[in-house]
Amino acid sequence: MGKIIVNRERCKACALCTLACPKKLILFSQEANSQGFCPAELSSETECTGCALCAEVCPDVAIEVWR
Amino acid sequence: MKQVFKRPQSLKDVPFHFCPGCHHGTIHRLVAEAIDHFDLRERTIGVAGVGCSVFVYEYFDIDVAEAPHGRAPAVATGLKRVLRDRIIFTYQGDGDLASIGMSEIVHTANRGENITVIFVNNTVYGMTGGQMAPTTLLGQQTTTSPYGRDFLQDGYPIRMAEMLATLEGTSFSARVAVNTSANLMKAKKAVRRAFEMQTNDLGFSFVELLSSCPTNWGLNPIRANERVEKELIPYFPLGIFKERKGTDYL
Amino acid sequence: MEKRLFIKGNEALAQGAIKAGCRYYFGYPITPQNDIPEFLSKQLPKIEGCFIQAESEVASINMLLGASAAGARAMTSSSSPGISLMQEGISYLAGSELPAVIVNITRSGPGLGGISASQGDYFQATRGGGHGDYRTLVLAPHSVQEMHDLALLAFDLADKYRNPVVILGDAVLGQMQETMIDRAYRPMELAPKDWTLTGAAGREPRLIKSLYLKEGEMERHNWKLFEKYQRMKKEEVRYEASLEEDAQLVVVAFGTAARVSKTAVRLARSEGLRVGLFRPITLFPFPDRALLDLSQRVKRFLSIEMNTGQMVEDVKLSVARDAEVHFYGHPPGSPPIPEELLEAIQKVY
Repeated sequence: MGKIIVNRERCKACALCTLACPKKLILFSQEANSQGFCPAELSSETECTGCALCAEVCPDVAIEVWR
Repeated sequence: MKQVFKRPQSLKDVPFHFCPGCHHGTIHRLVAEAIDHFDLRERTIGVAGVGCSVFVYEYFDIDVAEAPHGRAPAVATGLKRVLRDRIIFTYQGDGDLASIGMSEIVHTANRGENITVIFVNNTVYGMTGGQMAPTTLLGQQTTTSPYGRDFLQDGYPIRMAEMLATLEGTSFSARVAVNTSANLMKAKKAVRRAFEMQTNDLGFSFVELLSSCPTNWGLNPIRANERVEKELIPYFPLGIFKERKGTDYL
Repeated sequence: MEKRLFIKGNEALAQGAIKAGCRYYFGYPITPQNDIPEFLSKQLPKIEGCFIQAESEVASINMLLGASAAGARAMTSSSSPGISLMQEGISYLAGSELPAVIVNITRSGPGLGGISASQGDYFQATRGGGHGDYRTLVLAPHSVQEMHDLALLAFDLADKYRNPVVILGDAVLGQMQETMIDRAYRPMELAPKDWTLTGAAGREPRLIKSLYLKEGEMERHNWKLFEKYQRMKKEEVRYEASLEEDAQLVVVAFGTAARVSKTAVRLARSEGLRVGLFRPITLFPFPDRALLDLSQRVKRFLSIEMNTGQMVEDVKLSVARDAEVHFYGHPPGSPPIPEELLEAIQKVY
């Protein structure tokens, strides 16, 4: 259906993407990146529709979307 | 599967230094998307204000001039008068544009200079640590209004988009926000429209984008984002306050 | 035979600017230089140039910054208080290495002052005026001819060094009318401008800035500017010396003070006093070397200025302990008269 790839090193875990995702599919990694942020990641590729709303609101252009 | 969202070409592939949740990054991207949409990258010159906006040259893959604090509209005027077929835009914050730069923005709009102004309004001076700005809301605590903005002492916050819309020279004036997906889509349209006006030589275009400043508001990114909805938008309503059509000039 | 014009100083300067290829002017009204914007507002549209009466001197200098960044020959003019407003912009022009011509038709100060001529902006012009470690070339005309000729030179020097150039005139020079030769412009050979902002088509993006935050960058940039100013000191000193070979006293003066001093020196000579005149044309770079050489023979200098003592400091620095330096000041109100300067000469001779 759809998928997102979050650039782990660019994500600052601001969580604005979690507000945007209509299906609440975004959660945060257990592993911190080199800046100390635990980046966002997609919890389920089967449920993601590739709507790209998360990518649209991401202030760090850290998300790429496929459909 | 095909890629349906990626970084615009005019935005360099480098990390943003902005604070987590700051809307500058989003707004940079919207501007880059508009530049790419009309294939303007190679003939666009940006003018950076002073503040968190000063690093525009690090992020856009275009020619950029740095202007003194508040003076970007005047620098842009000089550039556009020489390079009439190039696209010139300024990127300024609320301290830069609405305080020290008030004369330059009003007169540049009044002259109807054919440039685009991207105005990022987060109700504080960000770079310098969160001082009161002309757009700080009544009651808002900042480092120079520790008891909250009081209209008897500091006056009311100033509404730039409406004010500039009253000038004959202004062809497009809008206020948008990027705090929700719906608002962001409208913001995208407005930014695109502003650049389109310039490509059609339709005169001065102005977009005010409400933005959060989590660090200086003392709020986490989510709460700061909410504040835009709860506190900023009621005082700074979203909308298009002026939009000139080509036929208006005939 | 070259055409002669009977013309006002301000207009002569503006005509020179156009001759030198200046097509962009941004300025604001202020006495006593309004002839310059008024003349250019008429002429520039006729030659596809651009004239803007800006909302302030602050806006003017910043429009100049933009036009210069785009690669155009552009100019602004003002008078003392307006030049004060431009200091930030001039600092940015110098820090960003942009060519620009800024004309100061000096009036009197400080503050609102008056509209009569003075030389009270010498420090402002030569000591930076704005913040930071920079210099501007400063050219000081003393006749309508020089108002024209130094305008031609100013644009070339600005481009040669990618630096702001100040033309330091005054109300007398701006407002007086006299004949000048309508000299042709013989441009300097200059490198092409490969740094201008024109849109990054088929090349890497360019940047015009003065902000240097990374480790070591600011220091390197300041030394780079320093090297530029050292080169100016070597190559661009200009002055006029007359009757100095056998002089016992040399008057040092620039601009209108030098004009009146010329008459005073002639009067002194007719009384048998061996007096000469040394007239700096570039105030930065100051002709310190030439003055030092002169001080090996001449042991007494008299700095005559229309202020309470500014250039005299540079004269003192130039001759160090090798000669006596005196000062006669005629602060603003009306220009000095030759008899008055003769008296000053006689006093220290």
